This record gives sequence, C-alpha cells and structure tokens, in this order.
Amino acid sequence: MSVVNLATESCHLNSGCGFPAPSADIFFLEPYATLSIGGMDFTISKAVILVTIVALVVTAFFMAAFRAPKLVPGKLQSLGEQAYLFVRDQIGREVIGKDGDRFVPFLTTLFFFVWMSNLMGVIPGAQFPVMSNLAFPVSLTLIVFITYLVLGFKHQGVHFVLDAAFPPGVPKLMYILLTPLELLQLFVTRPVTQAIRLFANMFAGHLLITTFTVGAWYLLSPSLIGALGSATSFLVTVVLTGFEMFIQGLQAFIFTLLTAVYIGGSLHAEH
Amino acid sequence: MSLLAEVTGSLGSIGYGLAAIGPGIGIGIIFGNGVQAIARQPEAYGVIRQNMILGFALTEALALIGFVVPFVFGK
Repeated sequence: MSVVNLATESCHLNSGCGFPAPSADIFFLEPYATLSIGGMDFTISKAVILVTIVALVVTAFFMAAFRAPKLVPGKLQSLGEQAYLFVRDQIGREVIGKDGDRFVPFLTTLFFFVWMSNLMGVIPGAQFPVMSNLAFPVSLTLIVFITYLVLGFKHQGVHFVLDAAFPPGVPKLMYILLTPLELLQLFVTRPVTQAIRLFANMFAGHLLITTFTVGAWYLLSPSLIGALGSATSFLVTVVLTGFEMFIQGLQAFIFTLLTAVYIGGSLHAEH
Repeated sequence: MSLLAEVTGSLGSIGYGLAAIGPGIGIGIIFGNGVQAIARQPEAYGVIRQNMILGFALTEALALIGFVVPFVFGK
C-alpha cells in the first residue's frame, strides 16, 4: 500500500496489514498537469510550484527591503541588512576575504533560496523539501561550477588548471598518481559531491520524518503496545522536525560556504 | 562452486551500516579536535568553527551517499 493514500485506509497494528514502510516513491508525486510547449513537455508538479513560490518570496523580500534604502533603516530594511551582513561576515569575509565582497549578493541569494527551499519540507501544507529532487541541487551546482571555472580562468589563466594538476613541492614521480586525482577532484568530485550532499540530506531527513509519521498512524490501535508505540513515534516526529529545521539551515550554510571556498580558490591561487 | 557465506534480506540497511562507520569516526575526530582547539584558543573561534563545519560537511557526505544509494540503485 502506498504511503500517500494511507490516511484513507484503516491500516493499523492488529488489523492484519503489514507496516507500509515509506519508500523512494514519496518523492515522485503525481504531477498536476503537463504542458507541451514547442515539442517539449513541462510537468507542473508540487516541487515546481513550491520552487516558484520560494523564488517569488525571496525576490519579493529583498526587493521590499532594499527598494528605497534609507540612512536610518526601517524594520524590513534592517532585517534585510542583517541577512546580508550575516552572509558577508560569516561566509564572504571569512572565506574569500575583502575582495570577495562583490560576490556577496550572489552568495546571499543562494543561501536564502536554498534555505527557503529546504524549509518547505517542514512548513505545513507544503511539506516537500524541494531540494530532495536531484534536478534542483544539480541546477544550482551547475551555476556555481560554471561561475568558479570562468572566474578561475579569468584570474589565473591556464595556471588555474596547471597549479591544481601539478601541485608544487611534490616529487616528480608522484605526479603520475596525483595529477589524475587532482583533475578529477577539480572537475568531477567537487560539483558532484556538492549537489549530492544537499540532495541526500533533504532526502534522508524527509524519509526519516515520514517513517515516524507513518509509524505513529500505523501503531494507533486499542492496545497498550500500540498506544505507547504510537505516542512515542509521534513524539519522535516532533523532535525530528525540530532537528530537521536545524539541518536545513546548516545545509544551506554549507552549500553557500563551499561555493565561497571554490570561488575563493579561483580568485587567488592556493599556497 | 560451493557457497561459503551469503548475506540476504535488506542489503541496503547493511550497506548503510557499513558506510556509516568511517564517517562516524571522522566526524568524532573533527568535532573532538575542534572543541579542543576552541578551548585552547577561544579568540580563534570564528576560523575554527568555519573549518570544523567544512570538514564535517565533506565527511558527512560519505554517510549520506551510503544512505541514498540503496534507494536510487537498489533492486
């Protein structure tokens, strides 16, 4: 039995049906509609709608905060400034340095977009973390990947790749081993792990919460074990939701931090 | 060829258990040493925390990949 229509069935502990463990199916929801534009199919699913809402909300917030900036900021503007300064001081200045200030708008956008997308996983009504759909982290990572490649070639020329492929101060013979690894690290491992990390965190967190939610419903039955198990499961769901909110913020922070680290590496050669 | 040993059942769970050993040790080392470094030099808190979170992120990815792979490539 699928988890989605579990609530309409009476599947409980002693009613002779097994535990309907949630599987990866819960991430592939039925699309609401399919649009055909110029021979290409665009499906309108929950994730698409949520990501549109997130983009609109983040844009509207920063537009409203900075549309007419005043010397003495109002409530909304101070909130926007706090958000901007948080990214600048905690990520931009700390990782890239003073010359990274021109990337802070990009980092701020990235941080709040990812954070809001993740938050959709716990907001009642939405409850679907957008980033648990691999396409979204991959698109974001592609933007970051192209950004730091272009920056690297612009600021360091061919040395961007040469310095990475042939790290100085290493015995010549070691290059046979090191060079393929370093090139793989620069062009494959970095973007792949950055995308997978965000995806896997949201996927795992959502699956964990769903498992305990389903458990609380399934164990709900007129017996001592059922009642105790159901109550425990429900409590764990609440605690896990709190923990998940922490993880969502942390993952958005880590995604932005890694972006800053890679951009910083492209701007000035590592020593 | 005769079968010496066989693992059946939920292989994904076993795989995740194995995949979590290394990152578990790694994250312990990272935060242990991070806290020690902060205790020794509280004024370097910002830099230490930054690198601690970075190391944590790189290590934790391994355990998460171990969790997700059975779902994506399983069966």
